[in-house]
Amino acid sequence: MDVNQYLEIFLDETNEHLQSLSDQLMILENEPENEDTINEIFRAAHSLKGMAGTMGYKRMQALTHDMENVFSEIRNGKMKVTSQLVDVLFQTLDALEEYKNTIQETQDEGTNDNAAIIQALQKCLDEGTGAPAEEAPKEKKEEAPAAAPAADAGDSGDKKWKNITLQEHEINALKEAEEKKMKIYGCTVFVQESCILKAARAFLVFKAIEELGEIIISDPSTQDIEDEKFDFDFSLYIVSSEPYEKVADAIKSVSEIDRVVGEKIEIEEILEGAQAAAKAEEAEAAPQVQEESKPAVQEAAPAAAPAQAAGGNAPAKKAGAGKPVVNRTVRVDIEKLDVLMNLVSELIIAKNSLVSYSSGGQAGNNSSFNEQIEYLESVTTNLHESVMKVRMVPIESITTKFPRMIRDLSKKLNKKMELYMSGEDTELDRTVVDEIGDPLMHMLRNSADHGLESTEDRVANGKNPVGSIFLDAYQDGNNVVIEVKDDGRGIDVEAVKRKAIERGTITPEQGETMSSKEIIDLLFLPSFSTAKVVSDVSGRGVGLDVVKSKIEALGGDVSVKTKLGEGSTFSIRLPLTLAIIQALMVIVGGEKYAISLGSIDTIEDISVDEIKYVEAKEVINLRGNVIPIVRLHEVLGLEASEDNKDSMIVVIVKKGDQYAGLVVDELIGQQEIVIKSLGKYINCTSRMISGATILGDGEVALIIDANCLI
Amino acid sequence: MDEISLMNNEYDTTQYIVINIGDEQYGIDIKYVDNIVRMQKITRVPNCQEYFKGVINLRGEVVPVMSFRMKVGLPETELTNKTRIIIIKLEPNAPVGIIVDAVREVVTLGENNVDEAAKSSTSNDPSYINGIGKCGETLISLLDLNVVISEKEKE
Repeated sequence: MDVNQYLEIFLDETNEHLQSLSDQLMILENEPENEDTINEIFRAAHSLKGMAGTMGYKRMQALTHDMENVFSEIRNGKMKVTSQLVDVLFQTLDALEEYKNTIQETQDEGTNDNAAIIQALQKCLDEGTGAPAEEAPKEKKEEAPAAAPAADAGDSGDKKWKNITLQEHEINALKEAEEKKMKIYGCTVFVQESCILKAARAFLVFKAIEELGEIIISDPSTQDIEDEKFDFDFSLYIVSSEPYEKVADAIKSVSEIDRVVGEKIEIEEILEGAQAAAKAEEAEAAPQVQEESKPAVQEAAPAAAPAQAAGGNAPAKKAGAGKPVVNRTVRVDIEKLDVLMNLVSELIIAKNSLVSYSSGGQAGNNSSFNEQIEYLESVTTNLHESVMKVRMVPIESITTKFPRMIRDLSKKLNKKMELYMSGEDTELDRTVVDEIGDPLMHMLRNSADHGLESTEDRVANGKNPVGSIFLDAYQDGNNVVIEVKDDGRGIDVEAVKRKAIERGTITPEQGETMSSKEIIDLLFLPSFSTAKVVSDVSGRGVGLDVVKSKIEALGGDVSVKTKLGEGSTFSIRLPLTLAIIQALMVIVGGEKYAISLGSIDTIEDISVDEIKYVEAKEVINLRGNVIPIVRLHEVLGLEASEDNKDSMIVVIVKKGDQYAGLVVDELIGQQEIVIKSLGKYINCTSRMISGATILGDGEVALIIDANCLI
Repeated sequence: MDEISLMNNEYDTTQYIVINIGDEQYGIDIKYVDNIVRMQKITRVPNCQEYFKGVINLRGEVVPVMSFRMKVGLPETELTNKTRIIIIKLEPNAPVGIIVDAVREVVTLGENNVDEAAKSSTSNDPSYINGIGKCGETLISLLDLNVVISEKEKE
């Protein structure tokens, strides 16, 4: 059986269930009595087991099965949640995660039986309930809900068609058939439990029957069967002129059908049953007609009682296992989105060419032409926005892992700590979100290991023995800021300086003149760690430089604020989107350049004599801020414009709380530009060109990364 | 033929695009050539490698363009209406343009018409060439594109 097409769904759902299990376990650890949580976990574990079983991953199924057992006992109040149990359960989750990863890579679950974990679970179970050995067989039965009780009750238990309640028009149809000398059969079809496409099999059964006769009614309804809303059996009333055996053989000829139970029914039997049902309905006057009339039919056909019991068990379980808190997400193939993005890019280029045509003067007087442009502009802007929104995902998808990680770190490092998160719903471009998971994890580990002091030290310093780590995300203009903050010891600037000198990163003379900010930035150099002890959590010095390079590759930057004894804050600043930006077009030395609007603060006309010199560098004093001046034509290697003007145009750019003034020759205006990469061969030494864009007239303009000039 | 196919059993014949640089002929393996376009406006990229003239717009894609003459250390010449940019794709999604004086023709060379690059060839740094092709009376220097496009600068 080819299950490839279901693999993706399986993996996605497994992810969701594992995440929900992990979340709920965290809650459970703090509130061992929380019944909702226990139920939630039970449901997730159960769904997981079912899915693994369906996909044929036996080892994964066995493991989830044991986990489910434990929760079943907890739910029944026979066991208490202990911290030891939670540890084992987390191990189980890790093992499941491993299965999932192996499946993702090889489509196979691998050969690790995780016997140790299964044993540990079993041990917890034995200790917790004091009644070992009992559990396993009981659960075995559950796995085959239909088969076992049915065997007990004998053959009659399978005759579920007797539970079908007939409506009047169906009875009429049966009567008509009877008059035409056709025979009526009731039958129940059992699909093999290993069957994956139950609905498709049922459809084939229907088709086979329709060649020989007619299906009057089915239970569950045809619609439900098509939607796979049935366990492993369905019941039918069939009218046909063929003998029963022929019908049964036709059904059995469909593959993956376990067996068919059925017999010929006389019309009188049905009529009696229907009358009884009608009576029962009147008597109980129940709102749920179908549900309530079932017992009544049972009275008419007492033999069906065990079947009802067996059948009743299964749906109840099914309902319990039903949809848990599944995110309502639409999964879109990123490649399709990229195509869409490219289309939008082209649309924007087309629009830009229209704009340049109109400003060229040929069509300047034609107002309807301008209207069209405006319309085109609004369309493209909207399209851009909506496509961008599709690409945006909340960072939640990565932060959900963190509470668990901090919990484990807390145990491993033997420090008490809490993680507080806010702004998990902040949205970022999908590609960015996928990339920042690892850097964030590095930073959290860093805070937990280096940032927070040991519990004893905290007590000695009069701090709350439980350390706090904060993960805050928020949008700031065209950027998203993610801060990792701890209330630990802070960065010891002197220690960093000593270490840097020791390692020869800087000379002692350099160390004298460096500002504390510059020294802290040394932490981001490759292989620089101040932790005195290298732990397996962090401290090998491969953390922060990786974080920095990864974030910079995404067009963002990292900064640190720290106060000795009070803690440190690491902030990551990332651009909201990567592909299309609003930019200011400027002319420098006859060449066109784009500057991202996101980094522009203001544009000023500065008279030449306002320029002051500080440390031989040009600065201006703008409303109380001393802002360094960058002459763009110098950094871009262009000739200075000859005419000495009295005033110059200065674009004030901003990065965090730092400013710089870029001197340009001329402003063209604001434009939406599509960012294109320069390709990997061209190597800009100063990295101040972050890319290129194609203008309306087909010319290429380069994009200046203002962040590099500050 | 047998002994040659033992030496290199990949292709028996290879097609080359023959380009002119000054009076010399160079061959570029046609399987790497994506496109040949006329000279067009090149946007200068500041602070990049000397031999990169800048970037062009090739149907909506930004493509870096290098001067072959500057890369191999020859003097620049006037642009003529024969000047062409050959768009090379050594790997997908990473095109690069090479400015050449003119494009002449496409030739098919069998393995037996290709010799090892002669070490005594003094007109150029031989490392850019991985073979000499003989086509009738003319000799064609076959370019090793990986070396031409790669980072390191020859002075």
